[in-house]
Amino acid sequence: MLKYDVVVIGGGPAGLAAAIEAKNDGVDNILVIERDKELGGILQQCIHNGFGLHVFKEELTGPEYAERFIEELKSMNIEYKINTMVLSLTEDKTVHAINPKDGYMTIQARAVILAMGCRERTAGAINIPGTRPSGVFTAGTAQRYINMDGYMVGKRVVILGSGDIGLIMARRLTLEGAKVLAVVELMPFSGGLTRNIVQCLDDYNIPLYLNHTVINVKGNHRLEGVTIAKVDDKKRPIPGTEIDYDCDTLLLSIGLIPENELTAGAGAEIDLRTSGPVVNESMETTVEGVFACGNVVHVHDLVDFVTEESKRAGRSVAKYIKNQLSNNRTGFETKGLEGVSYIVPQKVNIDNVDKNLELFLRVSKVYNHVKLVIKADQETVKEIKKRHLAPGEMEHIILAKALLEDKNFKNLTVEVKEED
Amino acid sequence: MDKQELTCISCPIGCHLEVTNTEQGYVIRGNQCKRGETYAISELTSPTRVLTSTIGVKGGFLNRLPVRTNSPIPKDKLFAVMEIINTVIVNAPIKAGDIILKNLLGTGVDLIASRSISE
Amino acid sequence: MYDIVIIGAGVAGGFIARELSKYQLKVLIVDRQNDIGNETTAANSAIIHAGYDAPADYLKGKFNASGNAMFDIICEELDVPFKRIGSLVIGFNEEDRCTIQKLYDNGLKNNVPDMRIIERDEILRMEPNINENVCCALYAPTAGIIGPWELAIASVENAMDNGVELQLETEVVGITKVNNGYIINTNRGEIKTRLIINCAGVYADKINNMVAEPYFSIKSRKGNYYVLDKGVNLVDHVIFQCPTDKGKGILVTPTVHGNILIGPDSEFVDDKDSTATNADNLSFVRETALISLKAIPFNKVIRSFAGLRANSNINDFIIEEAKGAKGFINVAGFESPGLSSIPSVAKYVVEMIENMIGGLKHKDNFNPRRRKVICFNSLSEKEKGELIKKYPMYGNVICRCETVTEAEIVDAIHRNGGARSVKAVKKRTRAGFGRCQGGFCGPRVVEILARELDKDWTEIPYDSSKAYILTEETKNNQQDRKQ
Repeated sequence: MLKYDVVVIGGGPAGLAAAIEAKNDGVDNILVIERDKELGGILQQCIHNGFGLHVFKEELTGPEYAERFIEELKSMNIEYKINTMVLSLTEDKTVHAINPKDGYMTIQARAVILAMGCRERTAGAINIPGTRPSGVFTAGTAQRYINMDGYMVGKRVVILGSGDIGLIMARRLTLEGAKVLAVVELMPFSGGLTRNIVQCLDDYNIPLYLNHTVINVKGNHRLEGVTIAKVDDKKRPIPGTEIDYDCDTLLLSIGLIPENELTAGAGAEIDLRTSGPVVNESMETTVEGVFACGNVVHVHDLVDFVTEESKRAGRSVAKYIKNQLSNNRTGFETKGLEGVSYIVPQKVNIDNVDKNLELFLRVSKVYNHVKLVIKADQETVKEIKKRHLAPGEMEHIILAKALLEDKNFKNLTVEVKEED
Repeated sequence: MDKQELTCISCPIGCHLEVTNTEQGYVIRGNQCKRGETYAISELTSPTRVLTSTIGVKGGFLNRLPVRTNSPIPKDKLFAVMEIINTVIVNAPIKAGDIILKNLLGTGVDLIASRSISE
Repeated sequence: MYDIVIIGAGVAGGFIARELSKYQLKVLIVDRQNDIGNETTAANSAIIHAGYDAPADYLKGKFNASGNAMFDIICEELDVPFKRIGSLVIGFNEEDRCTIQKLYDNGLKNNVPDMRIIERDEILRMEPNINENVCCALYAPTAGIIGPWELAIASVENAMDNGVELQLETEVVGITKVNNGYIINTNRGEIKTRLIINCAGVYADKINNMVAEPYFSIKSRKGNYYVLDKGVNLVDHVIFQCPTDKGKGILVTPTVHGNILIGPDSEFVDDKDSTATNADNLSFVRETALISLKAIPFNKVIRSFAGLRANSNINDFIIEEAKGAKGFINVAGFESPGLSSIPSVAKYVVEMIENMIGGLKHKDNFNPRRRKVICFNSLSEKEKGELIKKYPMYGNVICRCETVTEAEIVDAIHRNGGARSVKAVKKRTRAGFGRCQGGFCGPRVVEILARELDKDWTEIPYDSSKAYILTEETKNNQQDRKQ
């Protein structure tokens, strides 16, 4: 049996940052396991720019951002295995993994960092009626085909869902010579960043239909067309609003789901709101010594935040290995109230917070000129004015430890309130 | 007085900008940092974008090499530059930052590799 | 000149071919599709019925229970997933109880073994998620679940191992009677044969009418289904509702691969190829299924699909020499319980042929066993380790959701009747059947198919040869420059 202090599952931005930080903080015996043929994760196919403004103060492409971490990891002699699939993780932190070279490996870890990322929601999950022809791709699959494998997926394209990958792909397909006919969004607002709507759709005169969805898929072999329609406030198609498109390709950018089969298998509690594990201030799951960071915990819209969160996980793991992490489990819990769809972390032990407690949250709809009110049980500890809040944009709240220390309360709540 | 609304794309925050064209020049509201002002003026006078794409690569571990312009190029030249990009094939090994094409269409902007590819 | 040409490589054609491969005959299977079992066989409830439904004087009644009894051996020999999990027809009132009693009585006539009518407490012990208003049920322990296309694929593969030929993408466009048999015209030329077995599913009437009297018709009866993700432990048995004037109700069943299948509704459609799902029909399936169970986690749906049943105008199988065409045998109208009846029907068809030809000679070297399909995911730790040491490709996981390895995909491509499309790989290995529905593994499967078949990526279809996935390489100007 192989033995490591820390096994990091996933060699994307989260796993890389966590491993590097843990090593920096004095953990020597680390193994990073990556299922793909190289490190870097999904960043390797995100060839557009816009990564790294917070972390590096410059705009990098996905591969450039990944490469900086990969180079650092290699220069620090952190061990990693590519083409390696983790089959299961047990509560006692035994990792079962395989690859063609090493065969079946049973690895005993003192601590584990889960950094498996997320996967895309598929057509099956939303049950688009109609036929099931070829030419229906999730946006990320199309991105891989085009950017890494070098193949075009179609010529006339409709995109369902205005998540960032969908918007980015609208521009990529256009630049590569395809005609993107429309981007169709079920919600009254886009799920993507505003800048992406401007530079990926507006720049190329691609129409965005809000409150619309695809109601029929045609073609017995390859996709031949789709019908879209406007939806009412209960998301039901409104008769008479149909628009038919002749197209050979339908891209889906309808959401990302944290990939937590291993997490659940290890017995960690899953938060149904994030679809990720319940974590505490140290990014530790409900299984002691099993930490998690990045999109496996909750879907981020900026990789910079993934990096920051993962560094925190890396530092916590180092503390855990050195027995410096307080395992006092009686802290407080965070709760999203009016307008807040989730908060990470879900549990907090204030003893493990250095100077500031960082909360990440998403709101459930678009708000203008409101405030976020943070309360410890009934007592308001902070109010933050917000000009603009949208579900597509993750909010980052920093609370000074001093605000929360020496207080006896059970729930830290966050809610959206009209500005006075 | 000419009033226009823009969304700043300098960073992912995406500030909503309100630009007024006055006799003293453009007046910009809504930006959270200085880049918003620069963006608005550039967008209204000569809009530019960073172009990212791929080129063919031989003898490497992948078939495509991601590339980008090392600074923004005029928006109306995007497709013309794409045509040039589409004809380029390089040989591995490549280092991130290697210059692939110099001075694209006389813009002074270079096309650079945005990752390394070993042989 | 073939002795026998079978038209249709579905579960009927495939299994009859396998039965015929025991004898010294020159047999060819043709199918218009590019894969075995790609039409009605690929989309149905995947159930081996116990046999109490159909009246005893119908062929459906005659062949169902006897066919059912043969599946243990067949699935063992052909290495096809099959589980005898038993079925429940559940009733909620006295009228239902009456229906259940009638089904039970009919089952006795059809020689269905071990049936029992059971009461509420026992039902809820067996199936705690069933609607608590249930009052009684017909329990038939011999009912089972199977991989239907796996059965077709395994049958054809085993038939081919024993000398049968397979010609895919071969569409029959006409049949001419000649002196000693038939000439079949196809898009790939003429085929001469003494006998024809028509297993053409929803097109069986069209094929029949090419050469025989048009004495029956086949209509497509469409059914919509939902598939739930693995790990939803909803039911352990096949749960049927009582058939009423309004229809047969909606069933809920585990599949052999650990998913839950819910459906089908029933709607006659004019288009024989239409497998489009429909929002209204799907919501009918959803609502009607909820009669059976307390709750169904529809948020765990990973796929919906629709399949067709080949319904004959006499509502029964048509298994006979065609009227006005000697040596042309119809195996038509093979809707439920066609799959359950096929082993028994195949024996019957072989007897018919024996009588027509006047005796059949056994092959000395017939091998009833198909080479085992290795399912990496179901092996023990030790077996996995040893296998990877021997064949490193087993260490390369391609489909993450179902843990399918590269070696399994390569094997599926190179067996007799091997995979040529992404869907064909999916049917054989389950790569792409999981919750990500091929999002991650799709490009890898395309890559492996292209490599193993020595084709370009753009030549690899998702399903039929017209269902292309990729249009061209990016950077097409490079090709221009090369020219």
